[in-house]
Amino acid sequence: MNVEGVVGHLFRRSAGQMVAAITRALGPDHMTLAEEVVQDAMVKALQTWPFQGVPENPRGWLYRVALNRGLDALRRDAARRDKLLLLPPPDQIAALPEDADPFADDELAMIFMCCHPALTPDARIALTLKGVAGFSVPEIAAAFLAEPAAIAQRLVRAKKTLVQRGVEFEIPDPVDARDRIDSVLEALYLLFNEGYDAHDGDRLVRDELCFEAIRLGELLIRSPAVRTPEVHALLALLCLQASRLPARLDENGEVVLLRDQNRSRWDRELIGRGVRHLSEASSGDRLTSYHVQAAIAAAHTLAADDASTDWEYILDLYDRLLLVSPSPVFELNRAVAVAHVHGPARAIEALLPLLEYPAMRRYYLLPAMLGGSTTKSMMPRGPHSGTTLRSSCRAMPLSGAFSSENAPPSTNRSRRRAARVQEDREFSSVRESGGSAEGDAVRAQP
Amino acid sequence: MARFLMVARDAGDMSAIVGDVSPEEIQEILNKYSAWSEKLAKQGRLQGGEKLADGEGRVLAANSGSVRVTDGPHAASKEVIGGFWILTADSYEEAVKLASDCPHLEFGTLEIRQIEEMPA
Repeated sequence: MNVEGVVGHLFRRSAGQMVAAITRALGPDHMTLAEEVVQDAMVKALQTWPFQGVPENPRGWLYRVALNRGLDALRRDAARRDKLLLLPPPDQIAALPEDADPFADDELAMIFMCCHPALTPDARIALTLKGVAGFSVPEIAAAFLAEPAAIAQRLVRAKKTLVQRGVEFEIPDPVDARDRIDSVLEALYLLFNEGYDAHDGDRLVRDELCFEAIRLGELLIRSPAVRTPEVHALLALLCLQASRLPARLDENGEVVLLRDQNRSRWDRELIGRGVRHLSEASSGDRLTSYHVQAAIAAAHTLAADDASTDWEYILDLYDRLLLVSPSPVFELNRAVAVAHVHGPARAIEALLPLLEYPAMRRYYLLPAMLGGSTTKSMMPRGPHSGTTLRSSCRAMPLSGAFSSENAPPSTNRSRRRAARVQEDREFSSVRESGGSAEGDAVRAQP
Repeated sequence: MARFLMVARDAGDMSAIVGDVSPEEIQEILNKYSAWSEKLAKQGRLQGGEKLADGEGRVLAANSGSVRVTDGPHAASKEVIGGFWILTADSYEEAVKLASDCPHLEFGTLEIRQIEEMPA
């Protein structure tokens, strides 16, 4: 009885795939039932396998148990019986080799359903994590730094919206595919940032969010219907950013600045994947924010060391990025490049207008950059924070202005939670402009 | 070498014990069982095991000439037999040693009884 060897990542992968397959069979309005029966099947495995050993085909076993439970539940509801489509017979599943993916299309359709444009970006991520990635409500809550009850509510509302809108469980037609793909890409981008930009919480779970975003992106690529340059561009960005995960935190869990990172710890395999995706991404005629962000990430990641970073090229890329996707967060990052190319004084000039954005006044990286490394000034509160900042930044010696380049303050958990709650309400404009509100995120960490 | 029956008791409802578990957590628990059972199997100490079906069983008792059948045993915390393994060991001492790092102890209790072998 070899659970570890056989199971590997089976459970999390299977959870999403089976929920997708069973949702297709039962109809989109039975997604909750599908989630329940898959969870039941896994608990059943937990009860049975320790005594009897792992079955020959664990995935087939889980699917069969979940399917039977789902059918039982619907049989009790005769009116819905005729809605049942033909499910892949469990025996057929059992005959498949372990790496074959009988559910790939279902999973893809599930992603499109969970990331429907009718849903808010936050709802899309939550639903995708639940329905596709197999995260539990408490795990999603941990990822969002939110209460489980709030996440449960969000999920209920999202599912209701899908039912009300009559959203189909399908891979969209090419006709309306672009909007649908954009909506998926945005969710994956935010999902990645949820994992990447937070500095506390369970690091393994957070890394897993990043890799789940990449996995789902690569699932999109596998389908000819949705294999677009934009998807490659996003994947390039995510792979390049994720390549730095091993070097990003020190032993105390504090973020290590890019320039101080041990580059030998960067994941070469991911860098290679990122570069390959970036070259695939260049085939289209549409230059997206992801393209430019990926190019910026590549410029940083491919530099042999910090000193050989080509800041002029990076500044040029930021100028292009702001044309494609204007955002105060990107302007903030551009200022770092300005500082390297033209000196801190010009960078400060570039930053000051950002204080006019109410959301940016609370954006911790702005005072971090203006005010050097004084952590206490990094998360200003209160109505006068903007002016306080402005006067304080003028008082700062310019040479120190960028000593904490993109350094996030080390904040304790409750403080961050409070910050996140505010962001939810006040940072929506920043979020919608193409990223989560956190600065040390995909686009923000050069 | 003697055989031992190792009975696992728990609250009878794993989902109640573990709560809203994620697939990852389920896998983690299964991995612990796996590590334990593989170790025993390698030593030739694990003969097999079975999970008993959930829910109450039947208790039979002679009752003035007839057989009285009742449902039971009633579920009470950590009292339900969830399943069992058959181990081989030289002595109770060794059997206890084999059982003492069984992950089931996180969820319930273990009872070990030596199986009386028929003389050859």
